[in-house]
Amino acid sequence: MTEQLMTGNVAAATGARLARVDYVPAYPITPQTEIIETIAWWVADGKMDTRFVQLESEHSMLTAAGTAALAGARVFTATSSQGLLYGMEMLYNISGWRAPMVLVNVARGVAAPITLEPDHNDVLAARDSGFMQFHAETCQEVTDLVLLAYRVAEDRRVMLPAIVNLDGFYLSFTREKVNVPEQSKVDAFLPGYVPPHPFSATKPVAKGTSVMDGALYSHIRYSTHAASLKGKEVFAEASRSYEELFGRAYGPVEGYMLDDAEYVIVMSNSFTALGRQAVKRMRQKGIPAGLLKLRMLRPFPAQEIANSLKGKRVLAVFDQNLAPGLGGILYPEITSALYHTKGRPEAVIPVVGALGGKQTTSKEMESIFEAMLKVGSGSSPEPIFLMRDTELKRVHQLVARATKEGS
Amino acid sequence: MSAVTRYKTLKDLPREDYLTPGGTLCAGCGGLLAIRLFHKVLGENVVWINAAGCVTIMMTYPLSPLKSNWMYTAFASAPAGAQGVRDALDVLMAKGKVPPTEDLKVVVVTGDGAAYDIGYQATSGAIDRDLDFYYLCYDNEAYGNTGFQMSTSTPYGSASKTTPVANGNPLGNTRNKKDLFDAWRIQRAPYVATLCTSHGVDFLRKVEKGTTIHGPKLYIAFAGCPTGWGFDPRETIEIEKLAVQTGIWPLKESVDGVVHHTTVPRTLKPVEEYLRTQERFRHLFEPEVKTEAVKRIQASVNAYWKEASAAEGFEIKLA
Repeated sequence: MTEQLMTGNVAAATGARLARVDYVPAYPITPQTEIIETIAWWVADGKMDTRFVQLESEHSMLTAAGTAALAGARVFTATSSQGLLYGMEMLYNISGWRAPMVLVNVARGVAAPITLEPDHNDVLAARDSGFMQFHAETCQEVTDLVLLAYRVAEDRRVMLPAIVNLDGFYLSFTREKVNVPEQSKVDAFLPGYVPPHPFSATKPVAKGTSVMDGALYSHIRYSTHAASLKGKEVFAEASRSYEELFGRAYGPVEGYMLDDAEYVIVMSNSFTALGRQAVKRMRQKGIPAGLLKLRMLRPFPAQEIANSLKGKRVLAVFDQNLAPGLGGILYPEITSALYHTKGRPEAVIPVVGALGGKQTTSKEMESIFEAMLKVGSGSSPEPIFLMRDTELKRVHQLVARATKEGS
Repeated sequence: MSAVTRYKTLKDLPREDYLTPGGTLCAGCGGLLAIRLFHKVLGENVVWINAAGCVTIMMTYPLSPLKSNWMYTAFASAPAGAQGVRDALDVLMAKGKVPPTEDLKVVVVTGDGAAYDIGYQATSGAIDRDLDFYYLCYDNEAYGNTGFQMSTSTPYGSASKTTPVANGNPLGNTRNKKDLFDAWRIQRAPYVATLCTSHGVDFLRKVEKGTTIHGPKLYIAFAGCPTGWGFDPRETIEIEKLAVQTGIWPLKESVDGVVHHTTVPRTLKPVEEYLRTQERFRHLFEPEVKTEAVKRIQASVNAYWKEASAAEGFEIKLA
């Protein structure tokens, strides 16, 4: 095992290299591009025994990825934002085909307005696609989750594709220390992929055929759901053997100062680091603050979330996304996980923040805890949309400049 | 055509059939016949890559009339699906994970909606990448499976559900049919050909020729559509034959961009003979003859053959 400084993007490419992927169909998009550039270089340089092909769109890229996986190749690809949405139709197809593969999404806000920095509207738009979803906070997690994702995806009890998500810029372009797993150990953890029914000259197969019977269609859809749920158990097994080999343990959720906490923020991905700092500062002030990080979003770890959060006084769900007309996307998922839990929290505050990578200060994070302290039992909590006074002032100035009212 | 060929007369048609009878497509479907003939030449080791269209319904779980492999992808991206399968087979054979005996010919099969419209970009990409595959477009000149709406393959003067003939729109579709043959050819695809099942030997030889060529091999098969065009299913071959004899459907091929007409009618029959066979053109003749429109169609056919005969130096008597 060697330690290397690398960006989140290179950590993703490293995961693909260690997994000895056979095939990488690619298409550039910021902030993901460094991943496919890195792989293109490694393939050209003989460091990866992989076929790398640049397609003409994400829709085609994902189509090729899915059919190659059905043909028996271990497939890796990556995209972001508009690219994920452009290829969205194929996500549903690939999961319906039960084609295991790993897609890294480097989160970026979705147009319009077009932007580059991260929020999770892109990856959460894929939440119902049948892809499993694993979200990374650190570069180390990116590499590890790519390997874990292959192991779970290719398990015969699952046979579903997976997305590994990392935040654009904040993680994609941030260099962190990564313990790079030894290839021989990775080979033991992740043997070569053996497809169950590949296209064949001797045993022809038909895939993706139409299903015109509602009951049959329902049965196939229920089976996909059951397979995804099975992914929780398989992830737990895979995680145990990963820990034995590499010494790092990954659960579907991860607590921080959670055991005796009464006020807990629930969040995911790279901004979790800001959440941890806020928890620490609240603790210094004597407030029993804690954090629950979501790592696995599909299959949805409802039981683990409920177990982690029961008995807490107040929660805040930090949604780095916005469903206009609803609010945060994860808020209803978290609250529904708690509904039937005895000793569920008295209140859950919806928070929306860091859209388009909006810089978020420690004060903003602390304000979430302050809101939790204020909320009364049984009352409907006010949603919080993070924006600092200085930012709002600047926004007004920019708008004024655009409309020439300020000059 | 190639100097050496297995196919001298229709008696040389291979007996092996890879499509069993009793499928779910319409009686008299020209597209289905094209697929059947195409498959006979390619042999059994084939994976068909399909985009949404009439033929998609042929494969309805759990029944299949096909003895080879099948992959339904999505409307816009069958050529990309072919890319994934071809690349996977190549890389897995190179790594020794798949024996060469399991290798397959990768064949995209779509209607004109996918080929001319929604999948045009994906096809362009596959040609550009020199993907070693076949593309068989069964061209019934509209979105047949959804009930016959216009595509960019729909010819001038054809009625369709989205170009309905009405008082304010007496001619139906008033756009010209897109020239997909040239659109594919101009990208320097190594082989592009038109096919018509009424001309079986020409058809078989062109598919045979494709098997000797590496890279994209693209075919547009004229596909009579009884339900969409409005004719009796038993007339498919006769109507297709008329399309060739009137010059409306030229039989040609392009090898590395150089065009050659493979079957030239010495004397073109008037287009009216073809147009009158189908319901979709009936408004051109009833209640009164739309002389200008019919003349325009004839003029465009004549102009095409005048140019082609000058370029290739063959003689043809125009109608």
